[in-house]
Amino acid sequence: MSEQKRRADFSLAPWKRLLPFYRRYRGLIAIVLVSNVLIAAGDFLLPLLQAEAVDAFIMTGTLAGLGAYVARYLAVVAMELAALVVNFLGAMRLEMCAGRDMKEGCFVNLQRLSLDYYNVTSAGHTLSRVMSDTNRIASNCAWAIPDGAWSLAYILGVYAVMFRLSPSLALTLAALAPLVAALTFYFQRRLIALNRDVRAQHSKITSGYNEGIMGAKTSKTMALEERLSSEFSETTARAARAGILHGRMRAIYVPLVVFCGALGASATLLRGGRMVLLGALSLGTLSAFMTYALSLFQNFRQLASDISLIISMQANVERVAELLTETPTVRDTPEIEAKYGDSLNPKRENWEPMHGDVEFDDVSFHYVEGGEEVLSHFNLKVPQGDTVAIVGETGAGKSTLVNLVCRFFEPTAGRVLIDGRDVRERSQLWLHSHIGYVLQEPHLFSGSIRENIRYGRPDATDEEVEEAARAVSADRVAAKLPDGYDADVGECGDKLSTGEKQLISFARAVLAKPRIFVLDEATSSVDTETEQAIQRATRTLMQGTTSFVIAHRLSTIRQADVILVIDHGKIVERGTHEELLALGGAYYELYTTQLSRQERPGQARERRP
Amino acid sequence: MKKQKNTGRRTKLLLRHLRPAASAFALGIGASLVSTLLRTLFTQVIRFTVDTALLGDGAGVSAPRLLLEACTFAALVALLEFIAGFVQDSNLPKASERFVKSLRDALYRHIQRLPYSWHVEHSTGDVIQRCTADVEVVRAFVVEQLLTLVSTVFFIAVYASVMFSMNGRLAVVAFAFMPVIVATSAIFFSRISKHFQEADEAEGALSADIQENLTGVRVVRAFGRERAELEKFRVKNQRFTDLWIRVGHMMTAFWSINDVFSAAQLLCVILLGVRMCVGGALSPGTYLAFVSYTSQLTWPVRQLGRVLSEMSKAGVSIDRLLYILEAEPEQEPERPKAADLSGEIRFEHVSFSYGRTPVLRDVSFSVPGGGTLGILGETGSGKSTAALLLARLYDPDEGRVTIGGVDVREMDPRALRRGVGVVLQEPFLFSRTLRENIAIAREDATPEEIDAAVRDACLQDAVSEFKDGLETVVGERGVTLSGGQKQRAAIARTLLTRAPIMVFDDALSAVDAKTDAAIRARLREAAGSATLVLIAHRVATLADADEIIVLEDGRVVERGTHAELMAKGGVYARVAAMQSAEGEEGAQ
Repeated sequence: MSEQKRRADFSLAPWKRLLPFYRRYRGLIAIVLVSNVLIAAGDFLLPLLQAEAVDAFIMTGTLAGLGAYVARYLAVVAMELAALVVNFLGAMRLEMCAGRDMKEGCFVNLQRLSLDYYNVTSAGHTLSRVMSDTNRIASNCAWAIPDGAWSLAYILGVYAVMFRLSPSLALTLAALAPLVAALTFYFQRRLIALNRDVRAQHSKITSGYNEGIMGAKTSKTMALEERLSSEFSETTARAARAGILHGRMRAIYVPLVVFCGALGASATLLRGGRMVLLGALSLGTLSAFMTYALSLFQNFRQLASDISLIISMQANVERVAELLTETPTVRDTPEIEAKYGDSLNPKRENWEPMHGDVEFDDVSFHYVEGGEEVLSHFNLKVPQGDTVAIVGETGAGKSTLVNLVCRFFEPTAGRVLIDGRDVRERSQLWLHSHIGYVLQEPHLFSGSIRENIRYGRPDATDEEVEEAARAVSADRVAAKLPDGYDADVGECGDKLSTGEKQLISFARAVLAKPRIFVLDEATSSVDTETEQAIQRATRTLMQGTTSFVIAHRLSTIRQADVILVIDHGKIVERGTHEELLALGGAYYELYTTQLSRQERPGQARERRP
Repeated sequence: MKKQKNTGRRTKLLLRHLRPAASAFALGIGASLVSTLLRTLFTQVIRFTVDTALLGDGAGVSAPRLLLEACTFAALVALLEFIAGFVQDSNLPKASERFVKSLRDALYRHIQRLPYSWHVEHSTGDVIQRCTADVEVVRAFVVEQLLTLVSTVFFIAVYASVMFSMNGRLAVVAFAFMPVIVATSAIFFSRISKHFQEADEAEGALSADIQENLTGVRVVRAFGRERAELEKFRVKNQRFTDLWIRVGHMMTAFWSINDVFSAAQLLCVILLGVRMCVGGALSPGTYLAFVSYTSQLTWPVRQLGRVLSEMSKAGVSIDRLLYILEAEPEQEPERPKAADLSGEIRFEHVSFSYGRTPVLRDVSFSVPGGGTLGILGETGSGKSTAALLLARLYDPDEGRVTIGGVDVREMDPRALRRGVGVVLQEPFLFSRTLRENIAIAREDATPEEIDAAVRDACLQDAVSEFKDGLETVVGERGVTLSGGQKQRAAIARTLLTRAPIMVFDDALSAVDAKTDAAIRARLREAAGSATLVLIAHRVATLADADEIIVLEDGRVVERGTHAELMAKGGVYARVAAMQSAEGEEGAQ
């Protein structure tokens, strides 16, 4: 819907955003365009040479000058061949290099964008911008635009030659041109619309398969097979109809253009033939006209399809331009960047060491402009080495504090202080380099277990890697696999279970020797015994490290220096385990529901909502 | 021998799905052959016009009159060619679409009928790849390559016979280059395919790299690894660029060599033709026809080489589809017995193994109709397998599973599964609205019943957060639900079916403790008279069950009520103690 609206307003503004990627290839672009025009020149010169053979030799009955003729013929062919080689090489280079640069431009900007961008944009969507959209733009700019130039040059060249040879005969052919142009205009628009429908139906088939195959286990348990199969059959029927409709429209248009060419040739033959009989036209010229007539309108079609390709690129151009102009909401000021460097070019020599004191100073925060306030005038001092635990129900907003400490988001009012200074006074990279972060849904990169653990500290030795792994029981994951630490974890770590991934990402964070440690439900998929072992190990390992722990299982956080209870995005209680239990409020309730109710079997029923 | 058999199976597959496309296919091919004939005829008309009307004596008819008749005839031929072109171009897409529709439907239907174990063993990505990319290759083979082959061979045959009948000597020259062009095309395209594949893989690797960077953005940021990520990306991006440029170089070499051949071929025809005309051995009209025919031949001959080399790829894709289509579908009993699913469930000495790994060993238990059974066990203890055996998604190796006294293997599997509502730990939601998802197994449910199911599954909070409420589209093309929300939606979906047996296989693992308790509190009532089987590794989830069995390494090691098992002080009591937040206090 919005795509269609976009197409309707063709605007040049987003195209300008892509100009810098092409400016540096100005020379290459000129070469591609010029060589295309030369190819077109060769294409309309050859029929003339063939006409000459008829007039100079066949009609006169001599072979004198045949050698020179062959030489000229070969010269034109050689020129066209050279132009073709240059054109192919140039266009390919232009396509790939400009595409590469656009991809890099997107990628660099993606490394800068804040997490709020990632929170609302799916990875698949972004990926298709970086890959498919840039590919399509690069390929059309390198091929379709120059091809259009070729068609245009050919059409103009042919008309010029024809008018010189015989204006009256040229007019015969010119008369058909508006008709073909009108036909082209009429059909191209409809073909574009039908083609869009075909592609939309096609993507429905793909997602139908996705569903039928990924959901097969579920549909089997619910005996839905018949129903899904017949629904899919309806989808394929719609796709077939769309394809047939598109095919039928093309089936009228393409042969119609060919027919116009043949009609033009017949008319040329009739008129030109009369002129030949009167001696006003040579047979050779007539044959050249016939060749032109048969191919001219094909080039109209080519030109139209090139133009429609370029117009249909509008959506791709907009998407890429949008991604390139997207600005991060969390940004280092120019002064900070000058001192500390940016995330791609850090100036580590200017970095202060981090001690680990964290303070929330009158912090207020909401995620969306005008949305509900998640924090309001929140104050909390966390001295170096302390542990802050955050508990609450699923979706209660427990990650907010962590997001602020990591400066993934910035407070709407107030300050977050690290070692007594506003986090905004240092670069993001400085902060992140001192944080160890373990997520509930751990993310691993393809590669070995060793590479993944080393991710946080690339210069760590193998011994250090294995030591970190042992500390959090991740050595057990490696021990189970034939290749040990060198075992490949698969794309996004999908050869491992969630629990195993959690252990590896835990080891990764431990190895990084962070000053601030963030555990976001870090061991939720690990069994109870292992979890307790990890806890004992990290308590000694992380001595002196400031920690933020988000947990479901309350047993894991009882030793925390302060526990924050979050409900519906607000902090409702704070204190130590004992204080909060004594309070008998939300924490007490959470805590008691989590106990196995062996002593109180009726409790759950009493507490029924 | 093996190869022979393979070819037979492949052909059979293609023929089966070509059947619905047969008439369109035949019409399309027929029209394309007619159109080839008409095109040669058009050139013949021009030849006749030149030789007879313009240069000849006219055989008594006045030249202008002859010219007019010839041109009218040419226009008529062009009109017929237009009609033939229309019939060809409208029927071939029709044939193509009907062929793929038949193939796609067959694949989908067969995949749905394959047993549960097949789905467990095969990666979804690979199966989807086969159903999309390989189907596309097969389609191209049938409607593009095979067709091009047929029509090109016909085209060349017609042109050859016309040209040889006009002038044998000149025709020999015109065709002399043809084998060379076909051969170079075939060799080139078979060679370049390897490089195409490499470049494709480089593109895939680049994509995967970006995808990982995007999904792992928090990790990249948290460890400050942007610079390293960019360098990794650059290497892959450059490789992708270089490989495609190399393919471009090869294509350039190919096209230019081919152009040299075509130009040489045409020049030879011109030179010899001119000499023969001057010598009086050839008429100018025939000469022009030859030049025209020769240039018309260039393109199809190149195509022929390309098609020949690409056709070899199709065999692999057909085999990949046959792999799916020939997989054994689920076996169904010939005369299924009806059973009272609200009766007693019995597992009698059931053993089961995945491959050679034993999962259940001699497991026996029973649940009276309407009762509640709890199954506790660590990951891999075989507790989920028990649920799958009950719905006959697997068959036991030994022993039997009966419901209401009837072996589940003797029942109609679909009737059985409609009666046994299984909620999986990682349920799948279909890409449609939440309401449609919940009502998917019972389309006649009233809005009130759906609302009740939503309430019983404690999903109403989540629903009220969505702008469109129950009409929110979820799944692949909609909102992504959290694990806990998905589980609750699946519970609502199952409760709505009012199945006489409901199995919750760790179905609350992603839900927080409080919600877990709330759902459990309503479950018994919401399930009505249904027999319940609760599978979990949280003791709290099972405490209210009439009987609890504890599985360890596929064996029943303990059974009894919660109180009995706690008193016994075995595995169950130990797990309970560990899960209790009061571990230490309990020990006092």
